[in-house]
Amino acid sequence: VLFSNPQTAVRKSRVVITGAGVVTALGLDWNDNVEGFRAGRSAFQQVTLFDVSRQRVQHAAEVRLPSKLPSTFLSQRHCSRLDRAARILLHAAESAWRQSEWQPSKYLPVVLGTTSGGMSMGEAYFRQATARPNLHRQQAARVVYYQCQRQGLDIAEAFGSGGPVVIIANACASGANAIGHGWNLLRLGRAERVLAGGYDALSQLVFSGFDSLQALSPGQCRPFDSSRDGLALGEGAAVFALETLDCARHRKAKILGEIVGYGSTTDAHHLTQPQPEGEAAFAAMTAACQRAGLEPEQIDYLNAHGTGTPLNDAAEASAINRWAGQQVAGIKVSSTKGSIGHLLGGAGAVEAAVCLMALQGQWLPPTLVVRTPDPLVKFSLVTRPVSGRVEYALSNSFGFGGANASLAFRRWS
Amino acid sequence: MKSICVRGIGAVSPAGWGMHALRDALAKGQALHTKDMARPGRSQPLKVRSVPVTSPRAAFLAHPRLRRSSPITHFAVGAALEALGDDARFVTDGSLRLGVIFCVMAGCVTYSRRFYEESLREPVMASPLIFPETVFNAPASHLSAILQTNTISYTLVGDPGMFLVGLAIGADWALQGEVDACLVIGAEETDWLLSDAYRRFNRSLVLSEGAGAVYLRPMTWNVPAAAAGPLATPGTSSRSVVLEAVTDCHSFLADCSRAQAAKMMRSQLPEGTAGQLLVLGTQKAGRSDAAEIEAWKDWSGARLEPKAMLGEGLAAASAWQCAAAIDSLNQERYSKALVSVVGCNQQAVGAQFSLVSTLHSPL
Repeated sequence: VLFSNPQTAVRKSRVVITGAGVVTALGLDWNDNVEGFRAGRSAFQQVTLFDVSRQRVQHAAEVRLPSKLPSTFLSQRHCSRLDRAARILLHAAESAWRQSEWQPSKYLPVVLGTTSGGMSMGEAYFRQATARPNLHRQQAARVVYYQCQRQGLDIAEAFGSGGPVVIIANACASGANAIGHGWNLLRLGRAERVLAGGYDALSQLVFSGFDSLQALSPGQCRPFDSSRDGLALGEGAAVFALETLDCARHRKAKILGEIVGYGSTTDAHHLTQPQPEGEAAFAAMTAACQRAGLEPEQIDYLNAHGTGTPLNDAAEASAINRWAGQQVAGIKVSSTKGSIGHLLGGAGAVEAAVCLMALQGQWLPPTLVVRTPDPLVKFSLVTRPVSGRVEYALSNSFGFGGANASLAFRRWS
Repeated sequence: MKSICVRGIGAVSPAGWGMHALRDALAKGQALHTKDMARPGRSQPLKVRSVPVTSPRAAFLAHPRLRRSSPITHFAVGAALEALGDDARFVTDGSLRLGVIFCVMAGCVTYSRRFYEESLREPVMASPLIFPETVFNAPASHLSAILQTNTISYTLVGDPGMFLVGLAIGADWALQGEVDACLVIGAEETDWLLSDAYRRFNRSLVLSEGAGAVYLRPMTWNVPAAAAGPLATPGTSSRSVVLEAVTDCHSFLADCSRAQAAKMMRSQLPEGTAGQLLVLGTQKAGRSDAAEIEAWKDWSGARLEPKAMLGEGLAAASAWQCAAAIDSLNQERYSKALVSVVGCNQQAVGAQFSLVSTLHSPL
């Protein structure tokens, strides 16, 4: 059962990653993304998915999505109904599944983070419902496939598995929260394996929303630069096959890395603006490191939320400075949003994948287009791709509504 | 061994604001009146059950964070504050770490529809004040701000069964010491777009809106000494409602139909006796009810169908089911209450609450 009361004491399990899939504008494949991040490549282009001609900003990092989906248990008919977000998610999940070498299971919790699920289906429904109220064609399917839980169920069905599907919608921290929740389920003995990750596709409503807030950079997204002027949107997904260390060892699985800490807090300051000193961000980073038994100086790489907006980066820099204390100058930090944009519900998961890449490859991805770092940057901002020893990595994700999450990872050797 | 107690419940429903309104409506056992909602482009209006306007206006609605917020936030905060009761002051003064789990299926649909409408008409004129309120976790964020808490908060999206999943997560957080207590809220708001969408699947279904909240706290949490009331007399006992269990989520998949999932959920809950209550998610809506009715045909205890009176409130409705079950235990009408949720399109989940006696130890 999901919960029973009273319970016996739980022996906390270690949680490892045995499969990972990532889809961004840099590519559909893990290696394409490794190559892109390592080279410091940028993937922005003119938006082609919907009309942006009347928007203030017109670029984003679109995924080049092939028409063919990976082979799974989903029928062709079912696949033909999937929207863009579900297709991006399926590509990432299939890579993770394949790499994990898992077999279909009756109990495999799926935990996903998203901000808008199948929003493009919802938009299509609205357009038809208002423009042609008496035309019902495809409307029922749009209602079904718009909903986030349908995308979660599709992932379970794609791999012939069952079990709970949990969708966490904590704005831009959703992906990190989903991985953190999966980590908690495993560590508390609620499951032996969990498929966890985050995803979001570009949609007209969300693009218009960020544009209306004037949160989008009309030029280039420049996280932590003193003249930064906004974020850039992207789309993508990352999915991880997580399992207990005992389970992975028992089946002699190849282990890619370990999740060692998770912290999640809420910034009650404002719906869209972080508390200027980054109090809740500091608390999330501290909680993740405390759970991992790590001191800040042990973190070899920090993938910052680093959106490129004036307010986020200032608050995050303050939080990092305070968290690292006297060790701050030695903390290596970068934001990869300058390469692939802000993936919203997918951001936390994809940036967790970037941390895993850094741990596996012993290199640090750069923050692109930094001309003059913000004076608040007391840490070592990585602006060029570099090699280096990475034993532990931390990933920050902060979102609207003050949803904050930090994840700590350890290299597997 | 810790137990997870229900320390408070709250409800905002088409019956009105507060548990008393929900209780009275359920006691009457009659379906509440529906209201017409205009559907642009069609002459025939849609039928919904909406939350009546409060009179006088609830004091919390004057909070600056709620100035531009949508109805779903008002409902969620109303139910949450009622469930939290006096413990809200412990949250605000930092002596109680409160986790928040907010469950929705449709979420902030009114502002989403309005914002998209504005974006299509003229994107540069689309309101930046509305867009942030369209985000699923906006209501949870407002609640955390009102309570001035920075503790963990999840917004879960799914069919009505997700509220029970939220209860399980919240109970786990409290048991593991992640938080001292957890507030689980389910809320929805009506809109023509949502009602139009649901009518495609069942024309007899009437959508409704509101919120329900369940406040969970381990039996052992100590009220800060300065705020504690008189000590219980040693040797006496008091009664509490505990969350005994939440079943597995039985997902609706190609190889597990809604009917099968409902039966599997039912098999994880005890057989009924005369002193027990079953709170169903059925709503006298024809085929939508069939799987749940079949799964519970062997139940010999009492039954209650809140949705038959209140309408299909999605996440709010499963919260009302739980609130009604807990309320009946608080009033000592039953010793055990089960909640059955066979959701619209995702899962079948059940929960079990019990009334237990706690003996106060000698000092």
